Amino acid sequence: MTRLSISKTPKCYVGGKFIRSERGRTFAISDADGAFFAHVPQCTRKDVRNAVEVAAKAGAGWAGRFGYNRGQILYRLAEMMEPRAAELEAALLLTPGVSAEEAKAEVVATIDRIVHFAGWTDKYEQLLGSVNPVASPHFNFTVTEPMGVVAPDEAPLLALLLPAITSGNSVIVIVSETAPYAAIALGEMLATSDLPGGVVNLLTGFRKEMVPTLATHAHIRGVTGAVSAADRETLEKGAADSVKRVKVLANDEVPIDWAAGNGPVSSLYAIRDLLEFKTTWHPVGS
Amino acid sequence: MPVAAKKSARRRRVEPELIFGDLWTFDPAPESADPKLQTRYKLFIGGKLVSHKRGRYFESINPATEKPLAEIALASAQDVDAAYAAASAVAPVWANFPGAERGKYLYRLARLLQDRAREFAVAEMLDGGKPIKESRDFDVPMAAAHFFYHAGWADKLAYAFPGATPVPHGVVGQVIPWNFPLLMLAWKLAPALACGNTVVLKPAETTSLTAMKFAESVMEAGLPAGVVNIVTGAGETGAAVVNHPRASKVAFTGSTAVGQHIMRATAGTGKKLTLELGRKAANIVFEDAPLDQAVEGIVNGIFFNQGHVCCAGSRLLVQEGVEEAVLKRLKNRVRMLRVGDPMDKNTDIGAINSKAQLAKITELVQSGVEEGAEVYQPECELPKSGWFFKPTLFSGVEQSHRIAREDVFGPVLSILTFRTVDEAIEKANNTAYGLSAGVWTDKGSRILKMSTALKAGVVWANTYNKFNPASPLGGYKESGFGREGGKQGLGDYVKLT
Repeated sequence: MTRLSISKTPKCYVGGKFIRSERGRTFAISDADGAFFAHVPQCTRKDVRNAVEVAAKAGAGWAGRFGYNRGQILYRLAEMMEPRAAELEAALLLTPGVSAEEAKAEVVATIDRIVHFAGWTDKYEQLLGSVNPVASPHFNFTVTEPMGVVAPDEAPLLALLLPAITSGNSVIVIVSETAPYAAIALGEMLATSDLPGGVVNLLTGFRKEMVPTLATHAHIRGVTGAVSAADRETLEKGAADSVKRVKVLANDEVPIDWAAGNGPVSSLYAIRDLLEFKTTWHPVGS
Repeated sequence: MPVAAKKSARRRRVEPELIFGDLWTFDPAPESADPKLQTRYKLFIGGKLVSHKRGRYFESINPATEKPLAEIALASAQDVDAAYAAASAVAPVWANFPGAERGKYLYRLARLLQDRAREFAVAEMLDGGKPIKESRDFDVPMAAAHFFYHAGWADKLAYAFPGATPVPHGVVGQVIPWNFPLLMLAWKLAPALACGNTVVLKPAETTSLTAMKFAESVMEAGLPAGVVNIVTGAGETGAAVVNHPRASKVAFTGSTAVGQHIMRATAGTGKKLTLELGRKAANIVFEDAPLDQAVEGIVNGIFFNQGHVCCAGSRLLVQEGVEEAVLKRLKNRVRMLRVGDPMDKNTDIGAINSKAQLAKITELVQSGVEEGAEVYQPECELPKSGWFFKPTLFSGVEQSHRIAREDVFGPVLSILTFRTVDEAIEKANNTAYGLSAGVWTDKGSRILKMSTALKAGVVWANTYNKFNPASPLGGYKESGFGREGGKQGLGDYVKLT
């Protein structure tokens, strides 16, 4: 008799813990052949609000870490993912039409991207900030600051997540609606990566239920992501209530090259999109 | 006499005051340069002054006399469309100009402004109500400085964005406010043009004159037709500028309510947006601050340009131990401010920009009195005609008072107190806005702590209301997003690929 395997109950990684949706709802996902695979939490608006609360609490601590420390933690995340690459590949292979080579390539690119951003944590400031030569006897300098809570949307998840957390933002993610399982696996890796709980919060579920709350929640200071044109409009309209920064790409208009080394999601300027600039003046006197 | 008694006797003695400001009246010293205004202004589209389609005009009023200065064309959606057509036609040409050539046009514009500086200063004063010494010494030279600074960037953009290729957006729609009409025009135009964009700009309804005079400078500079287009009008014209499908980017400075409206209107269009919106800046004075300098900074912070300043330090937070000393010095200083004819070279506080703004200030000040704050206004005579408001101090203000929360945008200072550094941070950040803040203390580490903790785009330490083209300005939270000035400001006028 063959041994019956133990299947995993997928849970969302929120506030450093693994949770079910507060309403207890789930939705079923299938494997590539269309067979039942698992029940994934169908998170609610309340789950979004709860996640914002933990993200806001975790935010100051994460932003207050030195860039060097954030870099070490991101590198640790790569260390945690490398040996579990097969698990991530298996998660990606649940999507019909994805080949083994493609899954492998995506996981490898993801891990390499993490290492790339681990290096940015203590360097972007030197490129984006400045000392400004004003025409008066003042010392004037501009530094960057993370916005606080940011909410990316859609896979490839880490490509969107990394620029946000590199600079010290805390994040609520609505993961891919059609392929959420990789995010479940990612949560388990984040949990062992030394990243403080609450900095990254991953919610599975349906766009239409959660996007309007993301758009209007006043504690969320920025939204980034790749969404449908309709969702982009919802996000941008809702963002007006609290003058939120929105940097979303409409993925059904222009195809996005996620693997590009210097594209819209992977460059220094993706980090810049989620920063505030603060300028300080002080007289130079006797 | 025992020592203790001697001390208390000394304390009882009233400190002699040396205040010259209210001992005699100054003779009038009016500025006499000719602003060279026309009686009627057309629209500036495609490099020419053109008559507009619908043919309606509105008057630009001198707020100090309530008399009309000139008639301004009211641009319709059709006119705005013509402006965008001109801007779109030349956009690829302008974007492909060698940067050095674009830069030379901007240098020319800077020089042309300097050539006619006094003329512009007088026109700005007449149209907006600000004192001549401010338009002469701040607005116009600073506007020229913005063109001069950004001219130099035009051929150096690659150095500003390492690893990326900066590409202009195309046509930029810009809507600017009435508090610094010419300077805001320069803030918006100079970086847009340096980066290779073409522009459709709408000045504020009450202050179009210097923008139209600037159109003359654009023609004198020989800028390719359509690179700069100026359409005048009110909210409807502004909406047409913001909503035009050919605008790849929209830049707006003004109220948060209008900014939110623009966000909703442009949602889903893919237009890039930068906003500089409302404010309620905290100016924080610690016990160890150099008080005389702080008082100068506070006065400059709130009474500069009648308080019509995006960064006005309208909430003064004073540490309890020096509250009395600061308030006393402030009252003395405010007594010396000269309120009146903006044309007079000695005037410190000119006219309120519009009747509507004066009504808003009056209403908010009334609410401050009703909510229980203690009001102080110096004895001074206001001109019989025109829109003027006395410099006003409110002490004993609570955080819940409307004057501590809403953007008065006038010469009204609300004074609150605090005990600890943490309380100061808490109170300063307790607002939906975050454009600027001021800190006054002798302690370096405290300045850096405060500038780190304050949620504001600009922090002035032991100074206030300082501006420079090299220094980025822009808000946190509901004060908007994007920066103007410096290399950070350039980044908002290019796509980085």
